[in-house]
Amino acid sequence: MARSRAKNVLPGFGLTLGFTLLYLSLIVLIPLAALLLKSTSLTWGQFWGVVSNPRVLAAYRLSFGAALGAALVNALFGLLLAWVLVRYSFPGRRLIDALVDLPFALPTAVAGITLTALFAKTGWLGAPLHALGIDVAYTPLGVMIALTFIGLPFVVRTVQPVLEDLAAEREEAAAMLGASRWQTLRGIVLPELAPALVTGFALAFARATGEYGSIVFISGNMPMKTEIAPLVIITKLEQYDYAGATAVAVVMLAISFTLLLVINLLQGWSGRRHGEA
Amino acid sequence: MGIRVDGLSKRFGSFVAVDDVTFDVRAGELVALLGPSGGGKSTILRIIAGLETADAGSVSLEGEVVDEMPPRDRRVGFVFQHYALFRHMTVEQNIGYGLKVRGVAKAERQRRVGELTGIMGLRGLEARYPAQLSGGQRQRVALARSLAPSPRLLLLDEPFAAVDARVREELRAWLRRMHDQVGVTSIFVTHDQEEAFGLADRVMVINRGRLEQDGSPREIQDEPATEFVARFIGESNVLEARVQGEDAWVGALRVGLDQGERGTRGGAAARLIIRSYDLKFWHAENGDSVAVVRRVVPLGDRVRVEAAVDGAGPIFAHFPRRSSLLHGIEPGARIAVEVTRARAYPVEAP
Repeated sequence: MARSRAKNVLPGFGLTLGFTLLYLSLIVLIPLAALLLKSTSLTWGQFWGVVSNPRVLAAYRLSFGAALGAALVNALFGLLLAWVLVRYSFPGRRLIDALVDLPFALPTAVAGITLTALFAKTGWLGAPLHALGIDVAYTPLGVMIALTFIGLPFVVRTVQPVLEDLAAEREEAAAMLGASRWQTLRGIVLPELAPALVTGFALAFARATGEYGSIVFISGNMPMKTEIAPLVIITKLEQYDYAGATAVAVVMLAISFTLLLVINLLQGWSGRRHGEA
Repeated sequence: MGIRVDGLSKRFGSFVAVDDVTFDVRAGELVALLGPSGGGKSTILRIIAGLETADAGSVSLEGEVVDEMPPRDRRVGFVFQHYALFRHMTVEQNIGYGLKVRGVAKAERQRRVGELTGIMGLRGLEARYPAQLSGGQRQRVALARSLAPSPRLLLLDEPFAAVDARVREELRAWLRRMHDQVGVTSIFVTHDQEEAFGLADRVMVINRGRLEQDGSPREIQDEPATEFVARFIGESNVLEARVQGEDAWVGALRVGLDQGERGTRGGAAARLIIRSYDLKFWHAENGDSVAVVRRVVPLGDRVRVEAAVDGAGPIFAHFPRRSSLLHGIEPGARIAVEVTRARAYPVEAP
């Protein structure tokens, strides 16, 4: 439904909008514009040469692929975690609730080193996995695990409040109408949670595409195999190839922005359908 | 074959929500559970639905004990106070949901939904989402949704509490009409006396988890079984009195007691409960006067007169707006009081 275009009763719309735009410009738009500007110092041919380099393409694939995988894993298990935290009360619930935020607070490099130590062929988890023929450290799988770690809170924290608001009444209504637990979950609960779940997924995904600190340790940074796009950028910077670095960054930015925009549009579409009843 | 509830009890921690409640509902009856909030009415309803489990007692539907049966197999319709509609489904999908999950074919589903939108006055709204409906329409969708799978029993938990007064009137009429048309055995919970008396064939008064009285609306109003019912129903004066012989005295006011007024003894303290329509005031400056008028409040078609009895506290009565008895009744006037009907209850020793 269309929002009311009537005159707002709260004063100060002009002032707050002006401030919002100024703030957004200073913090987000100007740095991004500088980035774009810097990349224009390259000719079109040079730009294309940088971003279509096989090594760079491999890095894009890994960055976006692992971010997507990690966000999907987080969507699934974050939902599960949020469900358990909201729906059941058990000793230590508050503690687990607090633990969820730790990936936010921990310096990502610490997370990366810890995960590397754990998943190395001699590590606590890496050794048994290696025995099973699964190597984690210095593989794309390791990258995905690191990204899952840092993205976990997003899904839990977006789904949790919606789940708390979701009255048990609707599930009871479905049960009274003859629906099984599975039918209720699929037909009633998931559609209600979908918008929050998509938001959490998008946030986790966005965070994962830009992640650097936790990955450089666990990935091993092998060109064409486990090298992520942010690392390619850093490498170019260290070689004083500023224009090349910005070219790689601009393409990342464009892809991320497009994906987030699509997710937002999807949200708006489903929001309009469901209303606020 | 109706519903039988037998010795139902339920506690939440140390709080006793339902205390040994037993009743029957005949097939096709429309019954109200009436009582103050937090008295256990909704818990009884939820136990019958299977949404709560009783600590003791048993529920049978059509002669079949259902205590171990999950809610979805009971074939009981439930209407929630706040509708509990599925927000991502249209009106049509909401109403058809109970048929869909049971695997009813699409054509049959559409036929049934069409039938119910007709009965409930929802034609033309089939494609709307709940967010696009008014409160009254939403509750009608909830009602239609619960009726779609043809339940053998319909339970309504404070079904009209969330809508405004005018819509409530309209919804009551829908419910009564629906009940007469479909004939489904129904139990609804309410704290509104007018709703219970105006709608139900039979009313059960519930307080603190106990069934205080089970009777027709007339019986509940004219023959309250317990002091609680006498106080809770209608508007009443509750007066402290002293019993002497066949009379009770409230200050200077003498109230004649019927023979066999239970439990009151000579010289004992008693509590009198007098309905607002069971006493008369008239202007009297002579020795008959026992009270003085404090306030005269017009309330639409009636007038509430508040007075103070000499040597005792306040008392009030309702009169028709144009009653000739109101002559000379104004603040400060002396009045005589006649009580046509009073109930006396012993005051428990402190």
